[in-house]
Amino acid sequence: MTDAANTPAPSDMTPAKGSLHVLDARTKKRNAAEARFRIYGLSAVVIGLVFLVVLLTTILSNGVGAFQQTFISAQVYLDPAKLDKKGERDIEDIKKVSTFGYTPLIQQALFDKVQELGVETPLDSAKDMKALISASAAAIVRDEVIANPDLIGQTVEFRLLAASRVDGYLKGRVTREAVARDKNIDAEHLDLVDALREAGVIAKGFNLSFITGADASESRPEQAGLGVSMLGSFFMMLVVLALSLPIGVAASIYLEEFAPKNRLTDIIEVNISNLAAVPSIVFGILGLAVFIQFMHLPQSAPLVGGLVLTLMTLPTIIISTRASLKAVPPSIRDAALGVGASKMQSVFHHVLPLAMPGILTGTIIGLAQALGETAPLLLIGMVGYIATNYPDGLAGGFVDPNSAMPAQIYEWAKRADPAYYERAWGGIIILLVFLMTMNIIAILLRRRFERRW
Amino acid sequence: MPVFWLALIVLALAAIGYVTGRARALSSGGGNIRNLHSLPAYYGWHVALMVLVPAFAIMVVWLLVQPVMVNGSVSGGLPEGAVAEDTTLDLVMSDVRRVAEGLDAAVASGGMTPEEAQSSTIDLDGLRDRLGAVGVALGSEVSPEILNAAQSYRGLTATGRFWMTLVVLLAAIGGFVFAMRRTRADFRARNVVESGIRALLLGAASIAILTTIGIVLSLVFNTIEFFRLYPAADFFFGLTWSPSFGGGSELGILPLLWGTFYISLIALAVAVPIGLFAAIYLSEYAGPKVRAVAKPLLEVLAGIPTIVYGLFALLTVGPLLLGIFGDEGLGWMQAGTAVMTAGVVMGIMLIPFVSSLSDDIINAVPQAMRDGSYGLGATRSETIRQVVLPAALPGIVGAILLAASRAIGETMIVVLGAGAAARLSLNPFDAMTTVTAKIVSQLTGDADFASPEALVAFALGMTLFIVTLGLNVLALYIVRKYREQYE
Repeated sequence: MTDAANTPAPSDMTPAKGSLHVLDARTKKRNAAEARFRIYGLSAVVIGLVFLVVLLTTILSNGVGAFQQTFISAQVYLDPAKLDKKGERDIEDIKKVSTFGYTPLIQQALFDKVQELGVETPLDSAKDMKALISASAAAIVRDEVIANPDLIGQTVEFRLLAASRVDGYLKGRVTREAVARDKNIDAEHLDLVDALREAGVIAKGFNLSFITGADASESRPEQAGLGVSMLGSFFMMLVVLALSLPIGVAASIYLEEFAPKNRLTDIIEVNISNLAAVPSIVFGILGLAVFIQFMHLPQSAPLVGGLVLTLMTLPTIIISTRASLKAVPPSIRDAALGVGASKMQSVFHHVLPLAMPGILTGTIIGLAQALGETAPLLLIGMVGYIATNYPDGLAGGFVDPNSAMPAQIYEWAKRADPAYYERAWGGIIILLVFLMTMNIIAILLRRRFERRW
Repeated sequence: MPVFWLALIVLALAAIGYVTGRARALSSGGGNIRNLHSLPAYYGWHVALMVLVPAFAIMVVWLLVQPVMVNGSVSGGLPEGAVAEDTTLDLVMSDVRRVAEGLDAAVASGGMTPEEAQSSTIDLDGLRDRLGAVGVALGSEVSPEILNAAQSYRGLTATGRFWMTLVVLLAAIGGFVFAMRRTRADFRARNVVESGIRALLLGAASIAILTTIGIVLSLVFNTIEFFRLYPAADFFFGLTWSPSFGGGSELGILPLLWGTFYISLIALAVAVPIGLFAAIYLSEYAGPKVRAVAKPLLEVLAGIPTIVYGLFALLTVGPLLLGIFGDEGLGWMQAGTAVMTAGVVMGIMLIPFVSSLSDDIINAVPQAMRDGSYGLGATRSETIRQVVLPAALPGIVGAILLAASRAIGETMIVVLGAGAAARLSLNPFDAMTTVTAKIVSQLTGDADFASPEALVAFALGMTLFIVTLGLNVLALYIVRKYREQYE
């Protein structure tokens, strides 16, 4: 017997059509499906990246404008007859003149300038200049005069903020069509702005006060800045850092190195992983109920914000700290124990220093998360508060009402004036710069100190 | 004495304790380290910890409890008529605290002598202006009852502070003396210090539990309070949400739940396909170079604060959608804020969330399973669809559930992008609102915390907490169960 008997008769076999080198229809179909699948995957990645690019370009293109502001330079004659009627240069008398006393002088100064330049305009009185100048200008001149009473009687050059409509016109936000419906400014004003711009009286410049300044009331977007709320965020981050780093590290050391395997440890672990996923707004409710309603801590204070954010970031910090403690090989602990160190000594003298870069990286990332968090701050009253005053002193920084960067951005986004939208985007640029810096520091730390065991 | 100085004194005492404890141990050992049980530093730490821990523990507890006690005793002492019809005890007490604060500020700035601030003959008419002058603006003139209460509030606070200072200092000194007496050459300082530190570590670890307890208690108590004022059945099954602080509100949660659900659904419809395909591509197809660039870039999306997405929804995506689907386009959309706007933007935010979790899970599928499939002649996509994905499915479901819980708890995007009207509608271009957005709107502003309109926020928070917690527990359970299969 040979094997031939077992093989089926040749007549039953369907002979192979074509060769392996020629693709049959089914293989082609399968290959096409393969290619399609791959394209789906690639396009998903590309779509994700496109979203990122769109988001970032939107932020940049909308927000860069906030860093530029339109200024008017004017030679203001500080009329003694108006500002110091008694002529004694008594500082108390000068202080009695409110900003209303200064406004006409500024308007007159700009009007004189217009006359001097010989611009043809139907606006024929100093009062018509009101629409061009920011309402904050008078306060700036007044502060300068009070600081320096000798200026009275002189003609002083001031660089004053232009009104937000003028600023918007120069930036292309306010169009001539829109102005037709606007009762704050007319087309004649815009003609005048064009002329003054050519003469160099009105010009755009870098807006430092956006970064360092205080928030302003709803009608003066040109004056609003992020500086005060930046301080609020800074004090909050101090609280978060001072509490969450030691507590987080201590908790992780306990859980990773000392905790016995028992019920309590289990509960703590499950708790921490669940807390990490609790929506941030719930932490806001906690802060409101416990810190403000129950303990009567001051509302809107960075201290309370910091406490809430600490509770929120603790789980994140604990999780990353535990990971970096776990990454230290057991041989280090064994070696320390072998030369007679106690368990505590092996942890604090050897494991902890080796895990430190990882812990710091995790902490910075946790802080960055806390810095951008808004929702819990809404509930403890950091929104709606107009942060116009710098906190006085260190203690005041913690307990005085303040805002925080993201809360301030939210506040601007809610205001109806489109000029505030530009501020909000600009605020986001600053916020993202902070976040980026923190993340880059974390990455550099990791690169510099990362060890592979 | 301000708390700051007290803390500084205790710290200084601890530092002195460290030095003297160490010196005392050394001298009792005859100056020779080998005669000591522990290293000298441990004797120092022992004294320092004995000073610090009890003193600070007392101080923290005192600072937390005292305001509650003082508040209770002052509000209990208010005469019958002090709480007028149209206000509540809370509001009166906040007036009292404000007046007390103003008196403090006036005394601090020298505008008032301490005796005058506590005297009952203080001039009521000028008081508001005088307090205003030191930066404490009051809503109305000060009534004699309020002034009385404020003065007793100040008195109690001052007494409390005095006793706290005394007790804390005594505790610090007591700890110091006790520890110094124990310090001898054969004292087992290291063991004592180490068990003390261990207790502190355990204390730090328990803060997580305290936080959870705090969350649960603050939600439960206020929710119970709410259900006392508003029937629970109307809350859970009501179809209308129309709060009005004047009374007669209808606070049905169903429209809010529907809005939350609808927005999350759209967000997941955007995030899951994109995130999943991105994860598949990055883990199965992409070379190491592409992966090294694309993965971190995608994760940048997750690091962007939600307020940014909120603004993006409000100012960019909303107007864009309005241009296409609005009156000038298809006519389905009335305003830029809509379910679609919030949903799409939230979806973008969730892409990296889905993709990096799924990526980890797909990578955890053993290579042997892929190799087996390739060996049978399957193409890559067939392997992925028929072998890798089914194996990774539980993990992916877990990842999607986690993303869903994120979407449900997300606040800023819906506050800015979804609108404020609570309605039950099927049109994704209608404005709707969510549980989180309504928590914000009910609790911001000067709402009176005793009214059902403010308390409802706690019931909403409770619902949100339970739903997200349930989703998380379920997701973690699924993920963990799946991991056990291969490890």
